[in-house]
Amino acid sequence: MIEFLKRLFGQSGSSATAKERLRLVLMTDHLELAPEMIETMKRELVDVISRYVEVDRDRIDVTFERQDRTLAMLANIPILSVNRPNGSATHEGPPQAEQPPAKPPVRKRRRRKKVAAAAAAAPVPAR
Amino acid sequence: MSDTERAQRVEVESKGSVVEGQKAKGGRAIVITSGKGGVGKTTTTANLGTALANRGASVVLVDADVGLRNLDIVLGLENRVRHHLLDVLEDRVPVEDALVADKRTERLSLLAAAQAREKDEVETVKMQALVSNLRERFDYVLIDSPAGIELGFKNAVAGADEAIVVCTPEVAAVRDVDRVVGLLGNRFRPQLVINRLRPHLVKKGKMLSVDDVNGILRLPLLGVIADEPEIIVTTNRGEPLALQAATPTGAAYHAIAARVAGEDVPAPMPAAAKDSLFERLGSLLGGKRR
Repeated sequence: MIEFLKRLFGQSGSSATAKERLRLVLMTDHLELAPEMIETMKRELVDVISRYVEVDRDRIDVTFERQDRTLAMLANIPILSVNRPNGSATHEGPPQAEQPPAKPPVRKRRRRKKVAAAAAAAPVPAR
Repeated sequence: MSDTERAQRVEVESKGSVVEGQKAKGGRAIVITSGKGGVGKTTTTANLGTALANRGASVVLVDADVGLRNLDIVLGLENRVRHHLLDVLEDRVPVEDALVADKRTERLSLLAAAQAREKDEVETVKMQALVSNLRERFDYVLIDSPAGIELGFKNAVAGADEAIVVCTPEVAAVRDVDRVVGLLGNRFRPQLVINRLRPHLVKKGKMLSVDDVNGILRLPLLGVIADEPEIIVTTNRGEPLALQAATPTGAAYHAIAARVAGEDVPAPMPAAAKDSLFERLGSLLGGKRR
């Protein structure tokens, strides 16, 4: 009832929708205009992941996808092998592998990362 | 390219470089652009030019929208145009013969666009040379850019060293301005005019606000112009609203002109009219601003 009255008195905020659409569309635009930034990010991302698992660098696929209210980065990174977790003290990362190392070597894993905040904060070179 | 053409081009380029050296002495060349069409570039150019000339500056307005001549209509000068931009660029008439003196505002002149030609017929170097030439004669050269980001836009921008971007509070317009600002880069130090704002709709959360728009664009704000019926009326008559300095919108154009001239006056900001009884009742029900 209140919703109906609000609508009657014209208080549905379509500007909020406009603002949200604008924010998303600009993030997509800025990504499209900065292919070299994406390449750098992809490289650095893979460098980090490679510390834990061996990945197939030639078959990495990173895409961006508009989801309901966010922009999502979808990275498809084929894994060739998983480092066996060793208990040595020098091991810095905690690669508590979710899957046993005996699994077949090539296995696609999908990582999802929300970059909404990062993309908004990071200066985009094209601007 | 024929030999004569090549000779002409070399001549223009050498002229251009001579003029370049004197740039510091001349007036300011400002391109008015937006990316998207229909946001009010031409209206802004006409009104800003009128207001600047009223302040005592000499101003020339260059309609760079080749093929779609509009600025003469907004100024009410359509019957006085004898020659156009391409006549000058193609050396058929000297620039002083193509300039049309405004009939209402002293110190204001127009260089009209060609109507029956195409945008890509303009040579960028010639446009640069022309703007350099005009800068020596006028305090302000305001270049009304065509919509888009193709050659017409590039030619309009070529001779300018500052930019004013016009944006309406709409998703598409903001997106296009964002793109244009990216293309312009830092060299033009783009400043923003937000046009066609309806304060009432903003208040009700039905239109992007000034903060929404400039929260994204983050440009120096010259001012905000409200969407007023009087703009349509004055455009119908061919009289820029800046001639009526007493009206809120006329005053806003004068404030923008003052800011362009470097005066430290506040950016004009249209205020919403008082709410009607119905709207106040609506506010009482909650959900006022979204």
